[in-house]
Amino acid sequence: NSDKLILENTNIPCFQRKKYCLAVNVDLQTDATLQVDISDALSERDKVKFTVHTKSTLPNFKQNEFSVVRQHEEFIWLHDSFVENEEYAGYIIPPAPPKPDFDASREKLQKLGEGEGSMTKEEFTKMKQELEAEYLAIFKKTVAMHEVFLCRVAAHPVLRKDLNFHVFLEYNQDLSVRGKNKKEKLEDFFKNVVKSADGVLVAGVKDVDDFFEHEKTFLLEYHNRVKDSSAKSDRMIRSHKSAADDINRIASTLYTLGTQDSTDLCKFFLKVSELFEKTRKIEARVAADEDLKLADLLKYYLRESQAAKDLLYRRGRALVDYENANKALDKARAKNKDVLQAETTQQVCCQKFEKISESAKQELIDFKTRRVAAFRKNLVELAELELKHAKGNLQLLQSCLGVLKGDT
Amino acid sequence: MSCMRRFCHETQSHDSLHSCMCRRSVALLLLKMSEERDPAALSGSAQTEGEEDLFVSAMESPEAARLSAEDISPSSNGPRDDDPDDPDDLFAEATEEVSLDSPERQPILSDGPSPAITPVTISPRVDVFDRSPDLDEDEEENRDTFDIQISVSDPEKVGDGMNAYMVYKVMTKTSLSIFSRDEVCVKRRFSDFLGLHSKLASKYMHMGYIVPPAPEKSIVGMTKVKVGKEDLSSVEFVEKRRSALERYLLRTVKHPALLKDPDVLQFLESSELPRAVSTQALSGAGILRMVNKAADAVNKMTIKMNESDAWFEEKQQQFENLDVQLRKLHASVESLVCHRKELSVNTASFAKSAAMLGNSEDHTALSRALSQLAEVEEKIDQLHQDQSYADFYLISELLGDYVRLITAVKGVFDQRMKAWAKWQDAQVMLQRKREAEAKLQYASKPDKLQQATDEIREWEGKVQQGERDFEQISKNIRREVGRFEKDRVKDFRVVIIKYLESLVHTQQQLIKYWEAFLPEAKAIA
Repeated sequence: NSDKLILENTNIPCFQRKKYCLAVNVDLQTDATLQVDISDALSERDKVKFTVHTKSTLPNFKQNEFSVVRQHEEFIWLHDSFVENEEYAGYIIPPAPPKPDFDASREKLQKLGEGEGSMTKEEFTKMKQELEAEYLAIFKKTVAMHEVFLCRVAAHPVLRKDLNFHVFLEYNQDLSVRGKNKKEKLEDFFKNVVKSADGVLVAGVKDVDDFFEHEKTFLLEYHNRVKDSSAKSDRMIRSHKSAADDINRIASTLYTLGTQDSTDLCKFFLKVSELFEKTRKIEARVAADEDLKLADLLKYYLRESQAAKDLLYRRGRALVDYENANKALDKARAKNKDVLQAETTQQVCCQKFEKISESAKQELIDFKTRRVAAFRKNLVELAELELKHAKGNLQLLQSCLGVLKGDT
Repeated sequence: MSCMRRFCHETQSHDSLHSCMCRRSVALLLLKMSEERDPAALSGSAQTEGEEDLFVSAMESPEAARLSAEDISPSSNGPRDDDPDDPDDLFAEATEEVSLDSPERQPILSDGPSPAITPVTISPRVDVFDRSPDLDEDEEENRDTFDIQISVSDPEKVGDGMNAYMVYKVMTKTSLSIFSRDEVCVKRRFSDFLGLHSKLASKYMHMGYIVPPAPEKSIVGMTKVKVGKEDLSSVEFVEKRRSALERYLLRTVKHPALLKDPDVLQFLESSELPRAVSTQALSGAGILRMVNKAADAVNKMTIKMNESDAWFEEKQQQFENLDVQLRKLHASVESLVCHRKELSVNTASFAKSAAMLGNSEDHTALSRALSQLAEVEEKIDQLHQDQSYADFYLISELLGDYVRLITAVKGVFDQRMKAWAKWQDAQVMLQRKREAEAKLQYASKPDKLQQATDEIREWEGKVQQGERDFEQISKNIRREVGRFEKDRVKDFRVVIIKYLESLVHTQQQLIKYWEAFLPEAKAIA
């Protein structure tokens, strides 16, 4: 019976969602040649189905406008295919969207269903509405995150041409991207272990190029700081939500007091209860806006800065390979053995390294531009929203005070 | 002890009968009476014989009582009851009774000048205590010109280790004539306040006066202070207690009868105050309190009152409902205080983190904006903290006070029930005496018959006294509840308005901070 509480088959119509999404999607050139968005989404028991909608004038596609249905695993498959592609080693791969996680929300709704008998009908309805709103908010966020990923890919001059991406957008059958089997998962695990060990190695070697040396130092520190800020902002916003919940309960009890009281206080209590109902809603909005403009921003740049670090790592690996190839060539020349082979290897490594370096430089510059623009937009919007809510709150409080003082 | 033999002015002897009306027997009596009650018959017979005698003795006793007033030390005054006749009334022993349902009030045998057990119940200032209804308007006027300010301040630790205690400065500023000076400053410790409350409760509760409860003891809180921990929690504890003590005194003097009580005056004015040791939990008085509380609980269960007055039933129900809701509200507000404190801590933590992020950001304008954000958040964390103090000291403490006050109100209703029970007991006793006398008449034992007749007269007096006391306490309660509700309305109004003003201030500050930040954010280029 708790199933009926869960928002089965929730659809988010296009216009509603547009207000919410693209919080971090700033400065992305959306030109007519390729426009991608998620026009619809369906939340089912254990999965979310995204309707990916594409508008394109590119000849690669059979039609100018089309839609397919994709699930989260298919996004991950696409992301991983970029990461594994050597050609893209010199680019910041747009971070994969996080897995939709409704577990916490579902659990809360379930608990509410179980406790239905122990509270009044009004309380139950109120709490149910709030939990449903929370569920909806999480849902909207996950849609937005998946959309941002696709938009970033579509905006990238090279990635937008990727074949897998086109298949992802166009192929209207299930991609049958089975979840990674055990062997592959294990390989991934080892790859990550090697990467982190290497990361330490690479980080230790001072780069000849000032630009990259600076970027390395910067990104290592920045990433850690963003991680910390992200966690702290989450905690702050959670406390804010808890306080808003308390005000909700206070409003309810004041209402009961107002209906029961035999003195003049009854009107007083009812008025204050009404006030707190309204201010509580505002406080909840403040927490939600902070979540959107601050916490989500930080979370996103946590992932982006990791992707940038990954790029630096790949360049670092290429540099190591290049240096090793140089050493091998010197050795070969000294021994006068396999010189041609060594020369070829060295040339390949050199080209690879230079190619990565060139695109990496641009990528990192773009990253900074995007970052600054995103922070600017969101900080301005955060301040504007905080002001709007504080003014709203103030107005409510002052008008209520006016009424209450006038009564005495 | 309540089983002491008394000097009865009526019979001019130490009558052993009085000793029977101790706590234990009352309980047994009540148990029996719940089975065999017939008030109609009793009240009927009370009219015939005893009435004249009763009035005669009523005329005599005030004189007799007044004479012995001189023996009593001035500070042992206190209105026992509005009826000066029958100094030996059963209510004299009622001073040892503990009110039900109140963990706060532990009134009983206070040491020192307070006369918990003094048989004389006359006060030379009896005119002040004339409780005729028309005096209510005058009372109101007096309250409007109520000019007394009390502050509790400057907590100071005295002594070391587990024997240490806090001493508070109590300053009274007033133009009222009952005080000897315009401005008095005394030093008092926590147990002094408890002692004062104990005395007041023992004097006034049984008459239906709502005596404000003293602040709660706290072993944990005090131990920390004693041990000498100078941390934030013990500082907060002392401040919380200081504030509670101040509110307690203000509430006490707001009560017109309590304001003029000699114990209150002594508390506020006299530089030395005898230690109130009976407030300690494990003292002899403490043990007695516990025993009495248990007995009271039993009593309450067995008294089934025939309520003839709907007002009382209605009011009791209202206070019951109010109690439930106030407790609920208190719990929610305490939760809010907690979460706001948490929010303040988390905001401060985020502010620091944002500052660090700003430092590591290599774009200059963004870096500056992030530092500004950190500053804004730091100011906001202070706002949250201040707001949580307002939440606490304004609302949470008020609610806590009222939860305890309502317990006192409920106690007063219980006292009325006890008065009724006593009256009923007397009626039963009278019936018994009459039956005994009737029997003796047939057995023709003249000396015993005389005694039986005397006893009948005595019990007729008690029945009349019981009825008077019951009516008096009912009247007092009506007035007290009226006053209480007026005060409640005023208190809540004032506090809630103050609280909303604090919320207004917080929002105004928020606007100021974010307005200052916005141009910084826009300046990022």
